[in-house]
Amino acid sequence: MLEIKNLKAGVEGRDILKGIDLTINAGEVHAIMGPNGSGKSTLAQVLAGREAFNVAEGSVMYKGQDLLELAPEVRVREGLFLAFQYPVEIPGVNTTYFLRAAVNAVREHHGEAALNAVDFLKLMREKIELLQLDEALLKRSVNEGFSGGEKKRAEILQMALLDPTMAVLDETDSGLDIDALKVVANGVNQLKRADNAQLIITHYQRLLDYIVPDFVHVLYDGRIVKSGGKELAHELEEKGYDWITNGELQTA
Amino acid sequence: MSADTETIDRFVAQEYKWGFYTDIEADTLPPGLDEDVVRHISAKKNEPEWLLEWRLKAFRLWQTMEEPHWPQVKYDPIDYQAVSYYSAPGAKDKDRPKSLDEVDPKLLETYEKLGVPLHERARLAGVAVDAVFDSVSVGTTHKEELAKHGVIFCSFSEAVQEHPELIKKYLGTVVPYTDNFFATLNSAVFSDGSFVYIPKGVRCPLELSTYFRINAAETGQFERTLIIADEGSHVSYLEGCTAPMRDENQLHAAVVELVALGDAEIKYSTVQNWYPGDEDGNGGIYNFVTKRGICKGARSKICWTQVETGSAITWKYPSVILRGDDSVGEFYSVALANLAQQADTGTKMIHLGKNTRSTVISKGISAGKGQNSYRGLVQMGKNATNARNYTQCDSLLIGSRCGAHTFPYIEVKNPSAQVEHEATTSKIGEDQIFYCNARGIETQDAVNMIVNGFCKEVFRELPMEFAMEAQALMDVSLEGSVG
Ligand SMILES: Nc1ncnc2c1ncn2[C@@H]1O[C@H](COP(=O)(O)OP(=O)(O)O)[C@@H](O)[C@H]1O
Ligand SMILES: [Mg+2]
Repeated sequence: MLEIKNLKAGVEGRDILKGIDLTINAGEVHAIMGPNGSGKSTLAQVLAGREAFNVAEGSVMYKGQDLLELAPEVRVREGLFLAFQYPVEIPGVNTTYFLRAAVNAVREHHGEAALNAVDFLKLMREKIELLQLDEALLKRSVNEGFSGGEKKRAEILQMALLDPTMAVLDETDSGLDIDALKVVANGVNQLKRADNAQLIITHYQRLLDYIVPDFVHVLYDGRIVKSGGKELAHELEEKGYDWITNGELQTA
Repeated sequence: MSADTETIDRFVAQEYKWGFYTDIEADTLPPGLDEDVVRHISAKKNEPEWLLEWRLKAFRLWQTMEEPHWPQVKYDPIDYQAVSYYSAPGAKDKDRPKSLDEVDPKLLETYEKLGVPLHERARLAGVAVDAVFDSVSVGTTHKEELAKHGVIFCSFSEAVQEHPELIKKYLGTVVPYTDNFFATLNSAVFSDGSFVYIPKGVRCPLELSTYFRINAAETGQFERTLIIADEGSHVSYLEGCTAPMRDENQLHAAVVELVALGDAEIKYSTVQNWYPGDEDGNGGIYNFVTKRGICKGARSKICWTQVETGSAITWKYPSVILRGDDSVGEFYSVALANLAQQADTGTKMIHLGKNTRSTVISKGISAGKGQNSYRGLVQMGKNATNARNYTQCDSLLIGSRCGAHTFPYIEVKNPSAQVEHEATTSKIGEDQIFYCNARGIETQDAVNMIVNGFCKEVFRELPMEFAMEAQALMDVSLEGSVG
């Protein structure tokens, strides 16, 4: 479904990703772990199409298309969704209005009729229940004044509404207490199917107790330095990132 | 991440949809301005002697005045002798049409194209329209129905003939001919405009609306509007305006006077969409307008709502004199400066009476190379016990080549009066646009969504029929404001 080959990217002349190789198939859940500043968010943003990051080398194929050729809005319409580490506030724009515009942009892309306000509300009510979100939030401006946890849950609500084939979740767990973490993980798990895939980016192993990955990759200084099964996450938790980074530096 | 990355910094020219020209025979004065021109205009309109005298006093004063240069706008000097001060559709020797049935079909077609059909079959339900084409009114709809309620709604010229006592009583009482350079010029050469009188206790059953169209080249438009709401009456009035696309600048210097007697309410809304010129600043209307209302009686209310998307230069400060005790003044404004447009606009709230209240909500949007200034005066007179003002002044920047400026002036002469001023400046960030993109929403739609959200508080003050139109107009005016 997603095939990243030797991806090198940076910003303002600075190299951040230094050759990433990663293949994700339908039905799989991958986790990327790594210390702060290792390039996890950069990878997520490059996949979503942020112009500020320049791709220097490498390729990304998504469902048989050259992903890097697609405009960001087309990527999400084609099913590649990013849940932001830092969701952006948009004052003055009503959340429900925004969500409907998003859903209808995707529907239109697939030749489906736009949902009217009534039908959309029905769909949204189903999804907010799943995420135990307060409906009052949806009457406010997009992310404005939301608490950290509310923002993250709102991101997963958007994911539920857009029903992506390839979801990238960038530190969705950070800032969540344990109850909220369970709600979010439960929401994500319910969206999992055999024909879609998830890439979970996280700093801590904690989330992976609730969303169990098939593969774990360790990102360090712009490279994937170690890959393995779900045990790798536990091992990392026990030994800390130093274990990997020291080991890597020695073999390098 | 910087908010001015290329995504929001690439600007191209917008499409102005109302830029067509109607090829029609016209009775146009040659360019130039002297006493003879003033006399000629007055004679064309068969005006009484006192009105001619009033015009001439204004003209003589104007000759001694200097154009003001304090606004935050730049333009080449205007050659007032190169402007034609009168142009009316129809041949010189022909009488003016007496009813809409006699109006040249070409004119009716023009208004139809502008979305303001005048003919009985198609005209807007619930809205009476006075259509002004260059220097004259071509007709007014729904007249009979309004007459049933005693409401007078007609062109200014007609009012001079039919209701001279009202004109004589109120003309120049809110904006005297001595007021300022452009108002004085208007007083000398004003051509047409609308006149409204709402009798005591009457709630005007229709929205009243004037649609101004500049068509002829090298002419100025100098309309004059007077609205009187007698005791306990209520009226909502809307003006709209467009002009053909031309490389030269055209002058528009209007005067609007509103009088609200005791317990009366006037709601005056403007959707200003004069041709803005191109992105290099060629062409477009110079819009120098004096608008003022007086809350003469106790508990009266005047509310100005304006959506200013057009004009190369806008110089306009709709104001309220709050003379009656407990009277209320409101000003809601959205001003867009895109391309090379310059807007210097705001309001004056002059509190004279006790317990008078005013609210000012100003939303300035700057895009392209646009420069947007808010200029507002709040004055609390010495008898304005317990008067209150609340001013909120927000600026939104799109891209990095535009500018926003705020000039609030506050004068308080009564210690019990309270003035509150809030101001914010924000910028549409590249991160906001990318967030919308990442949800499937295209950049232009994202900008429209954010701008409309920013303007919401003002749009909802517009009469229902026009709120949607204003939003659509804002979208079109922003077209191409992002790459
Ligand atoms: N827009 C930017 N401009 C300059 N440096 C950046 C930018 N974004 C990220 N970086 C730098 O790139 C590195 C990787 O950042 P990031 O991908 O956010 O890491 P992570 O998500 O793993 O914490 C960091 O050193 C960060 O400071
Ligand atoms: Mg990060």
